Amino acid sequence: MPATESWQANKKTERMEALTSRVQAVDRRPMNFWEKIYLPAILRGMSITFRHMFRKKPTINFPEKQRPFSRVFRGMHILNRDEEGRERCTACGLCAVACPAEAITMEAAERKPGEENLYREEKYAARYEINMLRCIFCGLCEEACPKDAIYLSETFTPADYARKNFIYDKKDLLIPNPVTDPEGFAKAKGEQV
Amino acid sequence: MFLLAIDWTFFLEKLILIAIVVSLALVIAMYSTYAERKVAAFMQDRIGPNRAGPFGILQPLADGVKLFFKEEIIPETSNKFLFILGPAMAMLTAMMTCAVIPWGSKLEIFGRTISLQIADVNIGILYIFAVVSMGVYGIMIGGWASNNKFSLLAAMRGASQVISYELAMGIALIALLMLTGSLSLKTIVEQQMQTGHYWNILYQPLGFLIFFTCAMAECNRAPFDLPEAENELNMGYHQEYSSMKLGFYLFAEYINMFISSAVIVTLYFGGYDIPFVNETLLSPNLAAVLGIVSLFIKIFIFIFIFMWIRWTLPRFRYDQLMNLGWKGLILLALANMLITAFVMLYIIK
Repeated sequence: MPATESWQANKKTERMEALTSRVQAVDRRPMNFWEKIYLPAILRGMSITFRHMFRKKPTINFPEKQRPFSRVFRGMHILNRDEEGRERCTACGLCAVACPAEAITMEAAERKPGEENLYREEKYAARYEINMLRCIFCGLCEEACPKDAIYLSETFTPADYARKNFIYDKKDLLIPNPVTDPEGFAKAKGEQV
Repeated sequence: MFLLAIDWTFFLEKLILIAIVVSLALVIAMYSTYAERKVAAFMQDRIGPNRAGPFGILQPLADGVKLFFKEEIIPETSNKFLFILGPAMAMLTAMMTCAVIPWGSKLEIFGRTISLQIADVNIGILYIFAVVSMGVYGIMIGGWASNNKFSLLAAMRGASQVISYELAMGIALIALLMLTGSLSLKTIVEQQMQTGHYWNILYQPLGFLIFFTCAMAECNRAPFDLPEAENELNMGYHQEYSSMKLGFYLFAEYINMFISSAVIVTLYFGGYDIPFVNETLLSPNLAAVLGIVSLFIKIFIFIFIFMWIRWTLPRFRYDQLMNLGWKGLILLALANMLITAFVMLYIIK
């Protein structure tokens, strides 16, 4: 026996392990009369489709009914406030550095006297933008933030008609003030109201 | 002078009947599209259209409005006259078949007996065959006038399919006509209504099966929807059509389905006969109304079966279709005819 043939024979005996237990060999014998008239097979098929008519539908009617998200769902970002309603972000830029999609830009500003009720620390983000088309919702910004300022909430980024509307700035991202609007704050945090 | 004396009330009553039947056919075709989508959805574990109105009941209206407002495109290189004639033809032939189907027995209103059949032609079945075979012109002209190779190919397929299956259908019918001895649909129904006589399906089960299969092929419905095989011919013979002209083609298909169901019910399932009820014991008007109801229930069951088969079976390949038609159904139909003839001649006599 030539070497190649024995190698092939050897290969044949060493069949690959089946990937599933549901493998079925295709029957290629010519059809007999009973199969040729199609009717039994057609009736069997029709009984299958008929039974499917009474199955429970897996559809969820989306706008009316919504599936709850997991607690660890990474959705649209929020810029957090502390319990007195002051912005936590200090515009350190760690989130922007951590972002693999380079979706975050910001500009820092110094807190002026009399703004202590607005910003938690001496430095704050005057401009804070996330490009939602670039964002991959990985959550690295959330991990990088030393001030607990940015969170990924349990909501979607809504659809829009223009690309420019997907660059979210502070007014889109900031969480409602817990002092003046506690309900909105809780909702944005994703807690059950 | 007497030649010109037209019975105007007769004229009027036929006109009203035509109006009712035509609008009924249109409404049923309209809601068949809705039913089709719902049946398809249920068979695929989905919900189906449910946004327009409660349970999506206004969906066909929304679709119709959409089709009307679509841009009307007539291709530059098409033959304009034929391009418009195509869908008109399809619709016309679909509607014309309504004329000879008996929708019920007689109604008695204001002392007049009104026959619930537009025209009791004594060659009713031949008329239906003639009109249905005209339907292929709708497809053929549409495909030809589009000046597009895919449309033309689809139209050719459609034409050859309809012609091949008409043959088997006709032969299957001959066997039935041997039993009934009449071409008038009304007579056929009345024979089935007689006591001691059952529906023709009991005498002609094989003939019914052949007829039903051929009717499906004539309607260009799955598994015989080769003329509009999307994956091979883009969209089929109505590829170049848009707006309501496309709507007419799609609509004609549903009207055809309704009419074929009506013909099948009339020929094989006793037409407006109410099962297990002796109509002569009821008052004639009540019997007529109940008869219409029973006819329509039977028709709806058949429309459902048409859809059920569509959403169960995959499409035939072209050679399989031709094999089934020429080598299968025609032979079966011939055998059925010969057996029927033999039984009629030697056993019943």
